[in-house]
Amino acid sequence: MPNFIMSYLGSTVTPGQAGSQFWALIYVLVIFAGVSLIVVCMNWLERKALAHFQIRLGPMRVGPHGLLQPIADALKLMLKEDIIPTEADQFVFWVAPMIGLIASFTVYIVIPFGPSQAVTDMNIGILFMLGVSSLGALGIIVAGWSSNSHYPLLGALRSSAQTVSYEIAMGMTVISAILMTSMNATGTGTLSMLEIVRAQQQQGIWFIFKFFPLGLIAFVIFAIAMVAETNRAPFDMAEAESELTAGFHTEYSGLRWSLFMLAEYAAMIAISSIGVTLWLGGWMRPFPNLLHAPAWDFIFSLFPGLTFGGLAAIAFIGTARMPSHSFFKIQRIGLALFAALLGFIALLLLVIAVAGRAADTSVAARFSEGIGNVYWFLLKVAIFMYLFIWYRATWPRYRFDQLMQIGWKVMLPISLGVLMLTAIVGVIVS
Amino acid sequence: MRVPENDAKNDAPVHSLSNLNLETPEKPYLDSNELVINMGPQHPATHGVLRVILKLDGEKILGTECIIGYLHRGVEKIAENRTYTMFNPYVDRMDYCAAVSNGLGYCEAVEKLLNVEAPPRAQYIRVILTELQRLASHLLWLGTHALDIGAMTPLFYTFRDREEVLKIFEKYCGARLTTHAFRIGGCQYETYAGFENDVKKFLTFFAPKIGEYETLLTSNRIWLDRTKNIGVISAADAVALGVTGPVLRASGVKWDLRKAQPYANYSKFDFEIPVGTNGDTYDRYLVRVAEMRQSIRIIEQAVGGIPEGPIMAKVPKVIKPPAGEIYHSIEAPKGELGYFIVSDGSTQPYRLRVRPPSFVNLQALDLMVRGALVADVVAVIGTIDIVLGEVDR
Repeated sequence: MPNFIMSYLGSTVTPGQAGSQFWALIYVLVIFAGVSLIVVCMNWLERKALAHFQIRLGPMRVGPHGLLQPIADALKLMLKEDIIPTEADQFVFWVAPMIGLIASFTVYIVIPFGPSQAVTDMNIGILFMLGVSSLGALGIIVAGWSSNSHYPLLGALRSSAQTVSYEIAMGMTVISAILMTSMNATGTGTLSMLEIVRAQQQQGIWFIFKFFPLGLIAFVIFAIAMVAETNRAPFDMAEAESELTAGFHTEYSGLRWSLFMLAEYAAMIAISSIGVTLWLGGWMRPFPNLLHAPAWDFIFSLFPGLTFGGLAAIAFIGTARMPSHSFFKIQRIGLALFAALLGFIALLLLVIAVAGRAADTSVAARFSEGIGNVYWFLLKVAIFMYLFIWYRATWPRYRFDQLMQIGWKVMLPISLGVLMLTAIVGVIVS
Repeated sequence: MRVPENDAKNDAPVHSLSNLNLETPEKPYLDSNELVINMGPQHPATHGVLRVILKLDGEKILGTECIIGYLHRGVEKIAENRTYTMFNPYVDRMDYCAAVSNGLGYCEAVEKLLNVEAPPRAQYIRVILTELQRLASHLLWLGTHALDIGAMTPLFYTFRDREEVLKIFEKYCGARLTTHAFRIGGCQYETYAGFENDVKKFLTFFAPKIGEYETLLTSNRIWLDRTKNIGVISAADAVALGVTGPVLRASGVKWDLRKAQPYANYSKFDFEIPVGTNGDTYDRYLVRVAEMRQSIRIIEQAVGGIPEGPIMAKVPKVIKPPAGEIYHSIEAPKGELGYFIVSDGSTQPYRLRVRPPSFVNLQALDLMVRGALVADVVAVIGTIDIVLGEVDR
């Protein structure tokens, strides 16, 4: 058994490519658990970040600095009465959150967290991702329709129109990124997620900077369409709180409602992952070409450990700053334990990084590299996630027709223009 | 049955009380032309318990009808069973976001009936508190209006600053919201030590904050898209509907009772009446923001020149105005707030009628949102600045 594990840690291809169904299953489970955990963290982070934008403290009561708040919320939602309105279409009502959830989680099969850190590598990966992730809109439409209520219906209609119109602009920018992949030595483009990242590696440039400013414009359009696709502020028409009370999930409560939230956040992470893969060099660390000496490799491999070290330090400072009143004793101990946990993870990561340096070809080196890949990928995704929160705190909501106008009259022409220019420039350069 | 697309207004049936044709369509299902939805009374954007019935074609508004009365407490009837003094706290509960202004209107009306005048020192205190209340009311409006349009953050900033006003109220009279600050004939309370200082400190703290809100909203692309040319009401329509306050002024009518029929001692202060041009939601926003700046100017002048002297005029213990009737109105934050009192010479008003600005302004809703979209209804309800306590009384 240990040999089996060790043999896999040394592998350089994804389980799908290696044909190992066992490891594929393990990966799926790890990704499912990991994404769910990230969603829980996002829940806390969003509330905290939003609160600090708005001169509030956010959750402070459940656990130190409200760290246990998401768990309390999840418990509450699970224990709540499961209401299905009598007038609703029972079966469809029941199935709708599942559709959303399945759609947003299926996407993770092809997300390359690293060259071997993906479940599988499909040769039509990006098409698969776009296709499956837009299925999430079906869940919303079906939820709105089956509720048999006016506000959800309006929310669902808005959502379907919005998703369809923004998918086109998004697709155009994706195509221009795919065109860029054909600029490497072999001269053929690719739809495979892994190969898209490798193309950026080969060409020595993230596609956001390719054919400047074409890549940048395409990226910006993608980033805007991304927000619209996931129904987040300022494009959150489908659940516009002040207009449609809660939009498509007005009639949902308890666990079903939380499935929608889980699906929404999972979809946000998934679509950010597409953005990272296409434009920001996927799992690649910054400046892989400029700073490619082994010493630099080592320095960058320390980053995951240092990040956790930083988090641990913040948690320790928080512990020290806790009020000394005995009322906070348990919270103080809890936060100290949390800080210790973070510190332990940091130490572990640092040890792996150092061990990985000692022997290039060892399992530790592969392991360290894998951690680095996943770390850089997630860091880039995290930037997108922070932007999602930031948008929400800053901007008012667009009106529905204005949103459609921007989609069709501004974003689509620009993305078409970028696509054509990319093609022309690509032909000229090659 | 069906409202023709271009001629929604003239379709109302003669016998129906409602301006919407709300009868069940012949084909109850699969009739996809119209959708009648209830916005409220429990809805995040109707500022309380307003219920608006919307008739929609897709998202386009074919007509609206406001159903009010969910917060009706019979304030006017209560007045007939209370003495003039006893009724004073009740007026605070009408526009609970601007209790001080309500109190000022009522006290001045009864004073007019009694033919007494509050002493100058009381007048100054009244002006300062009323203008502070205007700031608080506009701050509440700005935060909730922005929240309706989807900008969450300004709400918390405006509440932070409104809190400072409420602190001054609390220090002055012990209450924050329903202040009951004034009495018939003047003020009950002398200013506390450091009152002027507190007010001045608040003004220096608050003046730059207006700029802060403006950075978030005034030139925000989305804010402009959501408010420009939304809920337009022409000056003629506004006057015809009896609309007052910032809503009227945003349409370009320079009508402010503080200048037009100066009450208290507003004629002593130097300030301007901000006026808009287009009568749209954006202009109303600008007018209110400009009004906040003018209020600061008034308070600055007033707080520097509070005269010494008594704060209460000579008013009998038992108020028994001579028989007669009086109408007195003031410029409340939301518009003209009028009190019509009929006295039969007893200690209780024979009839008391309130002209609440919110109630009258709310009439304009239907005119402002016809042909617009659902999202605009929310923006327009916010921009009219209604308080349901005052609409329903």
